[in-house]
Amino acid sequence: MSRNDSKYFSTTKKGEIPELKEELNSQYKDKRKDAVKKVIAAMTVGKDVSSLFTDVVNCMQTENLELKKLVYLYLINYAKSQPDLAILAVNTFVKDSQDPNPLIRALAVRTMGCIRVDKITEYLCDPLQRCLKDDDPYVRKTAAICVAKLYDINAELVEDRGFLESLKDLISDNNPMVVANAVAALAEIQENNSRPIFEISSHTLSKLLTALNECTEWGQVFILDALSRYKAADAREAENIVERVTPRLQHANCAVVLSAVKMILLQMELITSTDVVRNLCKKMAPPLVTLLSAEPEIQYVALRNINLIVQRRPTILAHEIKVFFCKYNDPIYVKMEKLEIMIKLASDRNIDQVLLEFKEYATEVDVDFVRKAVRAIGRCAIKLERAAERCISVLLELIKIKVNYVVQEAIIVIKDIFRRYPNTYESIIATLCESLDTLDEPEAKASMIWIIGEYAERIDNADELLESFLESFPEEPAQVQLQLLTATVKLFLKKPTEGPQQMIQVVLNNATVETDNPDLRDRAYIYWRLLSTDPEAAKDVVLAEKPVITDDSNQLEPSLLDELLANIATLSSVYHKPPDVFVTRVLSSAQRTEDEDYVEGSETGFSDANPANGPASPPTGRQLAPASATGAPATPPSVAPLPDLLGDLMGMDNSIVPVDQPATPSGPPLHILLPASTGQGLQISAQLTRQDGQIFYSLLFENNSQVTLDGFMIQFNKNTFGLAAAGPLQVPQLQPGTSARTHLPMVTFQNMSQGPPSSLLQVAVKNNQQPVWYFNDKFSLHVFFTEDGRMERSSFLETWRSLPDSNEVSKDFPAIVIGSADATLERLAASNMFFIAKRKNANQDVFYFSSKLPKGVPFLIELTTVIGNPGVKCAIKSPSPEMSSLFFEAIETLLMG
Amino acid sequence: MPVAASAIYFLNLRGDVLINRLYRDDVGGNMVDAFRTHIMQTKELGTCPVRQIGGCSFFYMRISNVYIVIVVSNNANVACAFKFVVEAVALFRSYFGGAFDEDAIRNNFVLIYELLDEIMDFGYPQNLSPEILKLYITQEGVRSPFSSKPSDRPVPNATLQVTGAVGWRREGLVYKKNEVFLDIVESVNLLMSSKGSVLRCDVTGKILMKCFLSGMPDLKLGLNDKIGLEKEAQLKSRPAKSGKSIELDDVTFHQCVNLTRFNSEKTVSFVPPDGEFELMKYRITEGVNLPFKVLPTIKELGRSRIEVNVKVKSVFGAKMFALGVVVKIPVPKQTAKTNFTVTSGRAKYNASIDSLVWKIRKFPGQTESTLSAEVELISTTTEKKSWTRPPIQMEFQVPMFTASGLRVRFLKVWEKSGYNTVEWVRYITKAGSYEIRC
Repeated sequence: MSRNDSKYFSTTKKGEIPELKEELNSQYKDKRKDAVKKVIAAMTVGKDVSSLFTDVVNCMQTENLELKKLVYLYLINYAKSQPDLAILAVNTFVKDSQDPNPLIRALAVRTMGCIRVDKITEYLCDPLQRCLKDDDPYVRKTAAICVAKLYDINAELVEDRGFLESLKDLISDNNPMVVANAVAALAEIQENNSRPIFEISSHTLSKLLTALNECTEWGQVFILDALSRYKAADAREAENIVERVTPRLQHANCAVVLSAVKMILLQMELITSTDVVRNLCKKMAPPLVTLLSAEPEIQYVALRNINLIVQRRPTILAHEIKVFFCKYNDPIYVKMEKLEIMIKLASDRNIDQVLLEFKEYATEVDVDFVRKAVRAIGRCAIKLERAAERCISVLLELIKIKVNYVVQEAIIVIKDIFRRYPNTYESIIATLCESLDTLDEPEAKASMIWIIGEYAERIDNADELLESFLESFPEEPAQVQLQLLTATVKLFLKKPTEGPQQMIQVVLNNATVETDNPDLRDRAYIYWRLLSTDPEAAKDVVLAEKPVITDDSNQLEPSLLDELLANIATLSSVYHKPPDVFVTRVLSSAQRTEDEDYVEGSETGFSDANPANGPASPPTGRQLAPASATGAPATPPSVAPLPDLLGDLMGMDNSIVPVDQPATPSGPPLHILLPASTGQGLQISAQLTRQDGQIFYSLLFENNSQVTLDGFMIQFNKNTFGLAAAGPLQVPQLQPGTSARTHLPMVTFQNMSQGPPSSLLQVAVKNNQQPVWYFNDKFSLHVFFTEDGRMERSSFLETWRSLPDSNEVSKDFPAIVIGSADATLERLAASNMFFIAKRKNANQDVFYFSSKLPKGVPFLIELTTVIGNPGVKCAIKSPSPEMSSLFFEAIETLLMG
Repeated sequence: MPVAASAIYFLNLRGDVLINRLYRDDVGGNMVDAFRTHIMQTKELGTCPVRQIGGCSFFYMRISNVYIVIVVSNNANVACAFKFVVEAVALFRSYFGGAFDEDAIRNNFVLIYELLDEIMDFGYPQNLSPEILKLYITQEGVRSPFSSKPSDRPVPNATLQVTGAVGWRREGLVYKKNEVFLDIVESVNLLMSSKGSVLRCDVTGKILMKCFLSGMPDLKLGLNDKIGLEKEAQLKSRPAKSGKSIELDDVTFHQCVNLTRFNSEKTVSFVPPDGEFELMKYRITEGVNLPFKVLPTIKELGRSRIEVNVKVKSVFGAKMFALGVVVKIPVPKQTAKTNFTVTSGRAKYNASIDSLVWKIRKFPGQTESTLSAEVELISTTTEKKSWTRPPIQMEFQVPMFTASGLRVRFLKVWEKSGYNTVEWVRYITKAGSYEIRC
């Protein structure tokens, strides 16, 4: 049976709002109900129907439950924007909370908790108090969650009214669902609080474990997650807990299973008996494997978690490697994760089978997957000494297929294998050299060059090979240039003949004089100085024996792993990052800022989606352990720490360092636009502001005249961004001597003016008593910058390069002083100008920012200054250079603070 | 934190919002725009179901022509969120009579809003059991149990049932004829190398149950699984009956099954929901009876010709037969012409999936059938790269056969009124991902 609600979406005529208004006030019930449905439909598609607030609320007092629910839904969405009117609904809520029907009582409390308006919250307390003690468990379970909602709005109120105590009482409720919801609410309150509020005693623990059996599946998740914080006193207690949790592993709900696994793993840390631990591992393996027959998205979550689990307990799935073999039709994200786990589980026992699989994957279609499969073979070679030879022969077979990206990937891993097993497999170098011409990817090229340099004495024509690369030296990417430099030095030290001597001159010249890359230049100077002062010392440094590498890529450090394991099934376990890296937590109920604080390294994808790519790469947080295997030859600092040290000593730290910065919106000061003297006693101040992605016109009306003013209306003249009011102006009647403040939501691109961009905004305001007032306002461009203006560093660079130089405009602000970089970054971020990177140029600091105008017009900004000294140079690049004058006005105001 | 969602969006393929519900205040109302610009309109779509954009994380799933997107800003329980979506979709399907797509959502948007309000509170999933929700969230508003007449009381203790210990079954059910239908549905997953060795093979089975039983019955199910049989023998202190028993790698149960009791006594006992539900799932890797053997030989003759020879053998009992057998044999993209001969069924070349599709409607046990084909390719001069051969895939259904060998030994129904029950059991084995590399 399907209804035909879609008709409610179809009315999109002009004058819709007045029409709806009329229908909402109809005397016929059915018509009113249909009208509310239309309002909800309009709300769903994103139309602003907030102006119908009073009319909708008038329909609230109804016996029809369906209609009531719709009105409540409307209230949840719009009460915040109409706090004064929302109060109209309070009476009905309070009445409903005493209705004989428990469903209505619960509905009232549930909805009231969702309305974050202070005035409503005050009235919520009494009904909530009653509902927490209601006879009906359905009402109690709803009230329990409501306490968490209220705590989020006003923590003090919750504590003052003793709701926390009531909530704790509910843990002993005889209804399992009430218990589960109370636990969820308490756990959440505790999470956002540094004081102990919900402490789990051994008594509570055993009560909750008993409740587990009777809860709904979701309730079991709440309880298990809350209990995972519990620290058992000793091994015996831990064993007891585990024993009561293990039956949950058989649950059909994957969330229950993962939460049970989390709890068991945590308690296992305390258990000393190896038999018990072995037994538990045996019990956990089958349910984990079963998760892989769920929906692909759930498989993905399971695989990310299994990745963590096998790092801590490698034996757990040691015999199950086959279940991670990729199916041809698995989604790519599942395949990538399976591959990662296969590498982790590969052992001498199963390596033959695993290699056959990898080889099979290396011939599939998806390029990323193929590359990862090739890399996997190399990683197995590094991990399993006895299998290295077999791995190499598979790699050589793959090279023979001559698929370009397979060859390049193979060369990259073979370089790692050489580092792991020096002087073992060099016989294959000749085969590698055959593919020299086909290499076009920097990493592959750099790897090959490293191999040539490292084994220069065994390759007869090493100098010729290197020379062929040297011709294009200036055009090569930094990574390749660095390798060429080092390889040439190695060649020279090993074969100090005429050819290499000339080559080294060319390279050093290129790398010191011709280059802009400071890393390259520094390294070249150091080599130069070493070579000219003491060639023997140079030999000791450059040809020093390298430490043997191990495959530790994607291996997490133990303390991080602990933290992630305590977060199994959550986002943290999927991102492999601790929660505080990506969650902006607000302790207690302090004011919540809806800033879009971009978190460092927030790009997540596959396990190694962000391999460190050369020296310019920013530190990617704790996501990747130092990629010594892949990064070493490309960046000698990790081979021999010496150059790095020198770099620091010389104070030439040129690397680009991203800085975290919080964004805090600040209250806008309003400018007086219509002084009382001109406005016959009416004074209007206003300012265009941006909040949560929405542009508002903040207006302050002060009535200094002798008459009461009402019926305010506002209109905007055509302007550059087509700003117009999104709704009617909501200004109450103004008695003499009073004032009113309002936030008028604005829309853009409504009535655009032609001609050159201008920051002029012409406004007309009228009321029923006075003539129409016209005044001019100037807006600042930054209010249009959108919240999604942050660019990745790479896309920033690309965009910068892709725009013609004629689009670059710069301006000097000789008087402006930037006292503190942090404060400035913070201020700019608050205006949606996002910090990308920073570098030092001589004594100057250069900052890069990005921002975006609506319709996706990017602005790339470069600020050059000496911190603390007057003078800021601002250069911008954008597809719309005509906006630059507006931009400079805006940045000037922002920088002045 | 077991919070599963701050907001949930249902979008069509264009990215229009069909339904949205904000459960928490910590994500902005316009986050769906970020999803559209950063995921839907980029190559990202489909590369990873969990993504972070700005301070928010997005989990999404596509179901028919609808994207369901969950937005959170805290360290939410992802497993819980995805499971919630899966369950919610099942719930909507049961309300709309099976379909879940853009039209069904638009046509039922009021109902969906009502359900969304009920099944999740402040981001915490509540009771999602269709059986119980249908007691008080009805399809027709007019039939709402809370109509104007005060005498018209809501369904007695609906609220108690939502929250009750048996939150999946309502009381007071009466059937004239008490019947239980058990369907044992197995899917065999196989990955076989081109040389015929089994790389991986497992069976995932489920027991679907349809109950039409009065009152509050207690059920007990007995299978021929080794551990259960041993435990039973131990409890009754007599030796285990000889006969075929199988070893289950893993079992998971519907929430109605008493897990603690299963853990201690190894018996499956439960109070079933009314109507149809999935009682349990199991997995087996040892001793799988593969219903079909496939022997492919594919030869590339020069650059423009391929010779394909596929022999399929049925290895189940001679009295049984398989239905709807389909063998998909991949061929290169540049296929120009194909010629086949088959010993049974029909074959054709399907260019849209680059495969030869060979269909056999009925395939008796202990027989074999062959396809031989000659494939001509458009000769390309540049293409030096060899053809990456995807695996041969197979579909089939074999009624009254279980690849695992699982059998139902008994199903006991106990209810205080002591009625008699009729039990029906069916078995069927289907192909899961049945792949043979070639």
